[in-house]
Amino acid sequence: MGKHVLLIEDEPNIIEAISFLLNRDGWRVDTHSNGIDAVEVVQAKSPDLVVLDVMLPGKSGYDILRELREGAATSDLPVLVLTARGQSRDREMAERFGASRFMTKPFSNAEVLEVVRELVTP
Amino acid sequence: MLNLLVAVCLAYVAFLFLVAFGAERAAERGRSAFLRSPWVYTLSLSIYCSAWTFYGAVGSAARNGLEYVAIYIGPTIVMVGWWWVLRKIVRIGRQQRITSVADLISSRYGKSNLLAVFVTLLSVIGTTPYIALQLQSVTLSFASFAGEDSAAALPSEQSTAFWVALGLSLFTVVFGTRNLDANERHHGVVMAIAVEAVVKLCALLAVGIFVVWGLGGGIGPVMARINASEIGVWQVNSGRWTGLILVSAAAFLCLPRMFQVLVVENEDESYLRLASWAFPTYLMLMSLFVLPIAVIGLEVVPKGSNPDLFVLTLPLAEGRDGLALLSFLGGFSSATSMVIVASIALSTMVSNHVVMPIWLMMTGGGATVSGDVRHVVLLARRISIVGVVFLGYLYFRMSGGGTALAAIGIVSFAGVAQFLPALLGGIFWRGATRIGAMIGISVGFFVWAYVMFLPSFGVGVALSETIFNEGLFGLSWLRPYALFGIEGLDPLVHAVMWSMGLNLTGFVIGSLVSFPQPLERLQGMQFVNALDDAQNNRGWSVGAAQSEDLMVMSQRILGATQAQKLFQEQAEGQGLAGYLPEPTSEFLQHLERELSGSVGAATAHAMVAQIVGGAMVSVEDLMAVADETAQMMEYSSQLEAKSGELTRTARQLRQANDKLTQLSVQKDAFLSQISHELRTPMTSIRAFSEILRDTEGLTEAEKAKYSSIIHDETLRLTRLLDDLLDLSVLENGLGSLNLAHGRLGDVIDHALVAAGVNGAGQGARLRVTRSLAQESVMIETDLDRLAQVFINLIANVQKYCDAEAPHLDIRTERSGDSVVVDFIDNGSGIPREVQAIIFEKFWRLAEQKAGGAGLGLAICRKIMVRLGGTIFYLPGQGGAAFRVTVPLENVEVGGISALQ
Repeated sequence: MGKHVLLIEDEPNIIEAISFLLNRDGWRVDTHSNGIDAVEVVQAKSPDLVVLDVMLPGKSGYDILRELREGAATSDLPVLVLTARGQSRDREMAERFGASRFMTKPFSNAEVLEVVRELVTP
Repeated sequence: MLNLLVAVCLAYVAFLFLVAFGAERAAERGRSAFLRSPWVYTLSLSIYCSAWTFYGAVGSAARNGLEYVAIYIGPTIVMVGWWWVLRKIVRIGRQQRITSVADLISSRYGKSNLLAVFVTLLSVIGTTPYIALQLQSVTLSFASFAGEDSAAALPSEQSTAFWVALGLSLFTVVFGTRNLDANERHHGVVMAIAVEAVVKLCALLAVGIFVVWGLGGGIGPVMARINASEIGVWQVNSGRWTGLILVSAAAFLCLPRMFQVLVVENEDESYLRLASWAFPTYLMLMSLFVLPIAVIGLEVVPKGSNPDLFVLTLPLAEGRDGLALLSFLGGFSSATSMVIVASIALSTMVSNHVVMPIWLMMTGGGATVSGDVRHVVLLARRISIVGVVFLGYLYFRMSGGGTALAAIGIVSFAGVAQFLPALLGGIFWRGATRIGAMIGISVGFFVWAYVMFLPSFGVGVALSETIFNEGLFGLSWLRPYALFGIEGLDPLVHAVMWSMGLNLTGFVIGSLVSFPQPLERLQGMQFVNALDDAQNNRGWSVGAAQSEDLMVMSQRILGATQAQKLFQEQAEGQGLAGYLPEPTSEFLQHLERELSGSVGAATAHAMVAQIVGGAMVSVEDLMAVADETAQMMEYSSQLEAKSGELTRTARQLRQANDKLTQLSVQKDAFLSQISHELRTPMTSIRAFSEILRDTEGLTEAEKAKYSSIIHDETLRLTRLLDDLLDLSVLENGLGSLNLAHGRLGDVIDHALVAAGVNGAGQGARLRVTRSLAQESVMIETDLDRLAQVFINLIANVQKYCDAEAPHLDIRTERSGDSVVVDFIDNGSGIPREVQAIIFEKFWRLAEQKAGGAGLGLAICRKIMVRLGGTIFYLPGQGGAAFRVTVPLENVEVGGISALQ
């Protein structure tokens, strides 16, 4: 099964909601809640997909994304960026740093599932 | 006969009026070529030959032989031998726009008006008898002419003199003060006196020819008769001759009327070249027949006749009425031209140096540039002219027209000769000073008055016989004719020797011992070096070169394009191709106006004059330039101040703009932060509500859990909104404080209860110690707001204190007008690097998810500011420590100002 997702998010309730959704959709969900060692965790767990929050304690989601893209193993890894700062500048930043998709909180559960499925096509 | 004489006189005067009027008109129309002839200039110099010379030369020859020649030799020597002195005086006169001999002397000696007044007074004193002499000559000639006609009623001498004086005043006023040119030139007057010069020469020559060939029978016989006559004997008293020549030469330079025609009316320096030989020739012609007329006159005219009138009485005695009439007109011309020019010259001096300074002093000098000054000057001139002429008339009346007048000519000459040392010294000796000039002129004047002028009235008139014989105050060395005990000299020689000698001595010593003022030194340098400046030697005919210089200068001032345009337009206007117009006065005036727009009038004038006139820039010009410069500097410093102000304003604006930009950035960050803080709970709410809605087969436990998450997140949102509104109210200073008196301990009790300390739940774990004794202090403040701060601080301890057994120490202490409350926990505290920013909005300790939006401390600080107190982080207490200071009594602090 190639349906392994790593959720990097610091809000417990949001972690719970997304985990619930993806579990129900048949994903194996790992979570991590701070930015400092997020890149190492991604490299260690090598998921099929990363769902990444931007405002993380310790390190910004964008910095994590840039480091992932610089790493050879993770340069093509699908990354869905979620942010609560819904300004156009954030979308531009996400695109520049190589986000596969970008979504603004609050999101629709159905859309998240749709995007996640699109990003990981067998 | 008398009627004919009057008619001829009137006709002649009318003719002179016409000539003068025509010349003025021609000058106005610019057709003044014939006026600018050196011949006219030369002829105008002939006012030297007044009636005293016209009639008196023959009289003098009849009495004293050839001595009259000395009076002609003086000016001849000046014109031929001293032409370079004349040239220098003329040059200086043009350069400095000198208006009179008084002006020249005062100007040279640092514009001393005292000196000018002195010279003016001296001139008036010296000239008044001379004018009287002219009136007398006209009256006498009129009388002797009319005496032939016994039938007619002879008008009294005095009324004749009166009418002549009136007519002369009128003529002079009309043509002497028509306009107020800076150069003080009077074309009409000069033309009229040139015509008169011709008339008097013709008259004298005609009489002479008649006498030699008509009466004497040709040159040979006349020469024989002259040799036979006792006056033909060449008896030269060398001392007297020297004195006469010296005095007449000096007078030629110093007489106000001579200065007027020589210098002031001079159009062009080069006229001197012609005058230097033509005027001596004129004098020679004037003197040619003097001796024959005198000799023949003594033989023909009855004994007892006045030899002064031989020129007139000789033709009359021979019945040649026509010739006599011509002769009369010659004498009339001599007299009138002298009076006219003398009164113009004197009126200029009187009005410029006496009347105007007094008027300006009386009016405070406030109107120096307004138009009415012109009227005042003109009026002053006119009154002065009439005054001068009638002073002469008065003198004539007083002196009774006696023989005393006959000697007045040479006395007058000797008087004005006193100016000579100061004049010549001034233009050749830089060391000459005002003090020296004052001493020299005054000493010379007083000696002259004492030994020559006053005695000339005769013994017992002005000076008593005692003084003549025993000296002033009985001091024998002060006898007028034997000063310092030197006796046996000719009175003239005596007077000239002492007056001029002491004058010169006083002038030299005074100059040597005194020190010139700066202006005096500057003027002295300009006067002495008048001929040295190479630029000044350029003639007036190098038009193209001047225009080129003007162009170069104008380009610098106006800019190349504008200057070239101006010059081309002007050249076109003159019908010339190219860029160089003739430097006509119209063009120069136009250019000066254009330039003055850029550099100021005085500077423009000085610049143009420097190039065109070859004129040196006068001190007044320099002063005016300095004034302008000062004004410009003033203006420029004002501009500088303004510019500094602008710079300051710009800096303030930049700072304000920076601040606004900063605020805008902060606002963006704030909005971004709020967006995040609002969206985060909404995300959970939306996600779980969709789960509840869309997911089938949820367990009851899951439903309850997810519902309670939604509920909590909703509360969190509400709290956040409350905090934001609270902060907004506090930041804008809105909302009133609910002031009340209360005990501090009650507020802390209330806060602990509200925070859930000592109650059930999470906070119950916290152990609190207090200083209850100090808490009994009464305070006046908004007790609820203060409690809000305390609750926040206690809640923070509950959330963040990471100690195993959390403990909060609330310490209270009075401190002057305030009470200090410290909240100290036993946790790990707040890292030093973030202590400074914990009171900022949305700041939260990292990794601490306590549900707050990070607004709590920000709100606390706002509240404390509002309450007139403070809240700080207190470092070094082990755990986290906050110190709140509350004033015991409320000091109303305005919301907005409190923020700053």
